[in-house]
Amino acid sequence: MSHHDEENDVAGRADEFLQVFKKGAEFTQDLLRENERLRFRVVKLEESLKEKGYDVASEAPETLELKKKIAALEQEKAEIMGQIKQVEEENQNFANRYVEIEEENNMLANLYIASYQLHSTLDFKEVLQIILEIAINLIGSEEFGVLLLDEKTNRLEPVASEGIETSKLPSIAIGQGIIGEAVKTGENYFISSMAGYERDFEKPLVCIPLKIKEHVIGVIVIYKLLTQKNEFTNVDYELFTLLAGHAATAVFSSRMYSDSERKLSTIQGFIDLLTK
Amino acid sequence: MTGYKVLVVEDSPTMRQLIVFALKRIRGFQIFEANDGVDGLKKLSAEKFDLILTDINMPIMDGLKLVSMVRNDPNYKETPIIVITTEGATEDRERALALGADEYITKPIQTMKILETVRKLMGI
Repeated sequence: MSHHDEENDVAGRADEFLQVFKKGAEFTQDLLRENERLRFRVVKLEESLKEKGYDVASEAPETLELKKKIAALEQEKAEIMGQIKQVEEENQNFANRYVEIEEENNMLANLYIASYQLHSTLDFKEVLQIILEIAINLIGSEEFGVLLLDEKTNRLEPVASEGIETSKLPSIAIGQGIIGEAVKTGENYFISSMAGYERDFEKPLVCIPLKIKEHVIGVIVIYKLLTQKNEFTNVDYELFTLLAGHAATAVFSSRMYSDSERKLSTIQGFIDLLTK
Repeated sequence: MTGYKVLVVEDSPTMRQLIVFALKRIRGFQIFEANDGVDGLKKLSAEKFDLILTDINMPIMDGLKLVSMVRNDPNYKETPIIVITTEGATEDRERALALGADEYITKPIQTMKILETVRKLMGI
């Protein structure tokens, strides 16, 4: 390429660039005009709105008032929702408490009936029968026995039972095995786990010493619960302790009464013999 | 709500008292007691009862026989019967319900369940 040709090529490119630049300048001019036109239109619209009484710079007072009210209502709603939630929680607590109180009430009613029945007679056999009924109907025992302390031998002798023959129950010395130990300490005994338990007359599920204050007069031993009774509840534990006291006094007083009746009868017979 | 007559058939005086005491908490119940099935039938023929609660294991006549006889009596075809028993096996429950008992509750006594069941059956 000659020097002249090179000059022509550079001039062509410069001309092209100038054309592009001119087009860009025209486009910018168009944009500026359009911008001006829109600004003018905005001003006109604002004037038009002002003429109609609208304040375009700030929101109308009514709108602001309404917004304030909405915000206040939203807050009030949130507070009310919170209160409702709180009331619902309280309601649930009251419902739970109601059930608890009902259960306690029922337990006390049952205990009242049981103690009333225990003290309704001075017949020793009847008292024992009532103890059996309580153990079945209130505690849910299926196989159990009542052993009383023979003060002469200081041994616990079986006197009544349910689900097993009384004669099969063992005679136990105080301090001997689980039963004797429960009587010695005066503490209720409950097996740690009922799973896999097999009846053993010397190892019951439960031992409830019959106590008058600290003086133990006998024991209720439970070997089996009703099929539907899988475990003891908290109510049962309270029931055991309370019943043990009532049963003990009922047994003690009925036995005393039976003994005194027998002695009275003997003395009366003796007097009759002497006076005839 | 007044004047519902309820018969409690149970041989154990203690259990009977427990049930009666629980039922007394429902206002308007007039409660009658029977020692066994035969005693129960006598009372059922002497009065018209609105609800019967019975044990199963009782001397002279058991509760299942009583349920069966009550259901065969036209006067007691619709009367609700609740069985309260120590028998917890499914077959015992099914037998009692098949004979015509409406509900089956097992011992030891469940006062709340008894009251709920009574209220449900009586619609109160």
